[in-house]
Amino acid sequence: MLSYIIRRIFYAVPILIGVNLITFVLFFVVNTPDDMARMQLGIKYVTPEAIEKWKAERGYDKPLLFNQEAENLDKLTNTIFFEKSVSMFIFDFGKADDGRDIAQEIKSRMLPSLAIALPVFVLGLVVYITFALLMVFFRATYIDFLGVVLCVALMSISSLFYIIVGQFLISKLWHWVPISGYETGLDAAKFLFLPVIIGVISSAGSNIRWYRTIFLEEMNKEYVRTARAKGLSERIVLFRHVLGNALIPILTGAVVVVPLLFLGSLLVESFFGIPGLGSYTIDAINSQDFAIVRAMVFLGSLLYIIGLVLTDISYTLVDPRIRLA
Amino acid sequence: MDKRLLPGLLILLAWLAACSGHQWNNPYAAEDTEKNILYTVFTERPKHLDPVQSYSSNEIQFTAQIYEPPLQYHYLKRPFVLIPATAEEIPVVKYLDAHGNPVPGDAQPEDIAYSVYEITIKAGIHFQPHPAFARDMQDHWLYHELGRQEMASVRKLADFSQTGTRELMAEDYVYQIKRLAHPKLHSPIYGLMADYIAGLREYADVLKQAEQNRLDEKTFLDLREYPLEGVQVVDRYTYRITIKGKYPQFVYWLAMPFFAPIPWEADRFYSQQGLKQKNITLDWYPVGTGPYMLTENDPNSRMVLEKNPNFHDEYYPVEGMPGDEENGLLVDAGKKLPFIDKIIFTREKESIPRWNKFLQGYYDVSGIGSDSFDQAVQLVGQGEATVTEAMAEQGIRLETAVAASTYYMGFNMLDPVVGGRNERERESARKLRQAISIAVDYEEFISIFANGRGMPAQSPISPGIAGYREGEEGINPVVYDWVNGEPRRKSIQTAKALLAEAGYPDGIDQRTGAPLILYFDVTARSAEDRSRLDWMRKQFQKLNIQLVVRSTDYNRFQDKIRKGNAQIFEWGWNADYPDAENFLFLLYGPQRKVGNSGENAANYHNAEYDRLFEQMKNMEDGPQRQQIIDRMIEILRFDAPWLWGYHPKDYGLYHAWYQNVKPNRISNNNLKYFKIDTALRAQKRAEWNEPVIWPVALILAVLAISFVPAVNAFRRHESSTAVRVASSDTTG
Repeated sequence: MLSYIIRRIFYAVPILIGVNLITFVLFFVVNTPDDMARMQLGIKYVTPEAIEKWKAERGYDKPLLFNQEAENLDKLTNTIFFEKSVSMFIFDFGKADDGRDIAQEIKSRMLPSLAIALPVFVLGLVVYITFALLMVFFRATYIDFLGVVLCVALMSISSLFYIIVGQFLISKLWHWVPISGYETGLDAAKFLFLPVIIGVISSAGSNIRWYRTIFLEEMNKEYVRTARAKGLSERIVLFRHVLGNALIPILTGAVVVVPLLFLGSLLVESFFGIPGLGSYTIDAINSQDFAIVRAMVFLGSLLYIIGLVLTDISYTLVDPRIRLA
Repeated sequence: MDKRLLPGLLILLAWLAACSGHQWNNPYAAEDTEKNILYTVFTERPKHLDPVQSYSSNEIQFTAQIYEPPLQYHYLKRPFVLIPATAEEIPVVKYLDAHGNPVPGDAQPEDIAYSVYEITIKAGIHFQPHPAFARDMQDHWLYHELGRQEMASVRKLADFSQTGTRELMAEDYVYQIKRLAHPKLHSPIYGLMADYIAGLREYADVLKQAEQNRLDEKTFLDLREYPLEGVQVVDRYTYRITIKGKYPQFVYWLAMPFFAPIPWEADRFYSQQGLKQKNITLDWYPVGTGPYMLTENDPNSRMVLEKNPNFHDEYYPVEGMPGDEENGLLVDAGKKLPFIDKIIFTREKESIPRWNKFLQGYYDVSGIGSDSFDQAVQLVGQGEATVTEAMAEQGIRLETAVAASTYYMGFNMLDPVVGGRNERERESARKLRQAISIAVDYEEFISIFANGRGMPAQSPISPGIAGYREGEEGINPVVYDWVNGEPRRKSIQTAKALLAEAGYPDGIDQRTGAPLILYFDVTARSAEDRSRLDWMRKQFQKLNIQLVVRSTDYNRFQDKIRKGNAQIFEWGWNADYPDAENFLFLLYGPQRKVGNSGENAANYHNAEYDRLFEQMKNMEDGPQRQQIIDRMIEILRFDAPWLWGYHPKDYGLYHAWYQNVKPNRISNNNLKYFKIDTALRAQKRAEWNEPVIWPVALILAVLAISFVPAVNAFRRHESSTAVRVASSDTTG
């Protein structure tokens, strides 16, 4: 397995370079270094000298991808792309355009993002699996039918709607929890209650239906018939045999998103005033801060790759037939 | 219902009932309920809190409370009046010729080589407590050279256990002015000030050289070692600024944080590399002498200002304008400032939670978004805005003020159609611009798109600014007639006649026979903007002119303006200071965008106007200056390089417990004047936010009721035959 993991790490390098290159090209197609300087320096009394100075200080006065005037290898290395990319691979994200250290910012914002994403993930998994199992247990009854209808209805509604209605009912009308805000420690509970509930409900429809399909597929397999033939109750068949065997496809979907939980949610963080990484990314895009955008895209890609590797490893844990080589 | 559930249910209901006296939705700590704290919001994270770099309004709302420039604006008087802040008095400027001999103020501008401002600050003012000032028993600086171990234990500024202070000196002001030219800092006003402050441009070169000669990043560039010709310390409390030529508006800059004091100790302290890596910099942790100090700095979530325990004596103004006393604005006359102990700014990016928290009493003040405007404001009588009944019942009041800003539609004067290349074309283009000025109905625009929050502009100068004229003498005669004591827009027939004179009868180009097509460059692209652009097309359609909207992103838009590629565009300006010069320079020839990179986006040039501007900018306020301003405005109205657009009105909603509010956008250090009735706030919050418990009971009842058939179904299912189960298997 170790050789497999090492191989995957090597595979990750060209992927990350590619992602970095795409981000770079997309960003600079829309924003020139001059635009970035103007965005930072404001629109009043900005002189061309000030723009040049800003660019020179941050290394944006060089060619983007290829330096025609340089010699030999410098043609590639004496460019914005090279200089801004190399440091990323040693996790030196540098400074944002406002001068703040990006690594520090990421560290401080990771926790608030996790504070929402982790409970939503864990609670969601429990709720979705429970409801999916119940629907399978009552399959072909009115409970199953109503469940599917409810799931389709939940899937059809935008998550923004859940947020607005949730804030209106729970916070504004019934005054149960604060509408928005964030605190650390135990005080966080009252701020997290609503976004977590909304996070779980907004993804419930699709997830429950997906898990239900997985369970129903398992139900048709030979070993289930054997279990029933042995005289086991439906409850035992479902919770002991079907659930265990259905874990593989569930893991595929679940483990891959675990590392991405650090990146937070753009919409929920914005509406609930959670100072996480989701809102950090949005702010950076709005303020054309390339340093933050590329750091976040790099981090996202890296975490996604880690998620995929973890998924592969988790297969071997839940299914002894699978070996990584 | 299962009887075993009953005790649990009763306990839950009893707990909910017991909690009903407290507000569950209170986003703040319960013990803060009756504390003297002001709760407000910020939407955009500030980029800079260093007064040398900070310029935008979302930054100045913090810096203006922390830093004290030598001058400030009188809180209540209008038009705005400068008064001393830390200065003993308003400096009296002295004029010198090229040889250093005094010349009178009314001398010809070319005879005045230098203007000298000598500013004496009050003795006994102290900086806020800060670790940069902390010393040990041997009088050594405690934190100026932190070792690796000490640095490792620091994560935020509050981790430094010791703080100190010292008296404010003239040297601190000089130090800050030198920082305008610092090679590592980007002061937005450096370019402007380098044209005025004697030797500042050369000083930048000196500092650049010094920066290059530094041994490494760790070496501190101490600006005290590098003298600046135009800014000198006279004595402990006095400093002198020498300005090239005559620049009467300079005094307004002395009321901005750019000219606030920075102690060298702070610069030294923050220059440590380890602190920079932890985002502990002067740009994020200000050190000032103002009424408040920043004690919590989390621009992602919340910023907290607390009363500076070292703040010097300053008192609420004892006189104001007529009506101020009736409005309760002089109740606290002569009382010591500030009134509020702590100000908590919470970051709210979205308008819905922001508005709802204001209605719940958790924010003390709110702006009004377009989606909540009808809920908050109604127009009564002569179009006077007031709060709706629902707001009035909550004790919420509306305060309005015309902002020192202008939103306009500009014509690119370099364009052959709307600007003209030769005398004949220019004459034709002028009439075309005048016709459009009449046709675009800004009264309607304000009513539809700004919810009435604006005032049609008669010239670039906004109300409240010296040089602005009210009433009949203030109207733009090209666009308005004075009828029954108010301005009335000229008829569309007048506009059509002008259009015909311009060579476009009924919107058809006489020379080519083709319909007249004009191009409008905008950054607006959202669905919300579409109706506004449609409306604008209809305004031009009144003259049978086809308006083609060219939407683009802001970067491209700015690029077009810089290169002079736009034909018609819209833009705005917020005044830096309350002087006509700060508006009229936007149309001064040498300020053209194309070629000069100035602020004159229309690239307008009129020799007489430019000459008058040069004359006017060097004059003190008075009838003679007003006469020149009147003539300049007359030229502008005739030439119509802009559609004058409108001056926005600021609408703010304030709870009954929020007092001493007189809004304006010119002076920003107003938090020290505000007062909160905390007892009233606590009472209203409790009243408005009592938890509603019946939905809990309802949810529990629904769960309990649905539990019974579910259990029955489960039992039936478990006891059903295998054949039946097998036959009902389905997938998908």
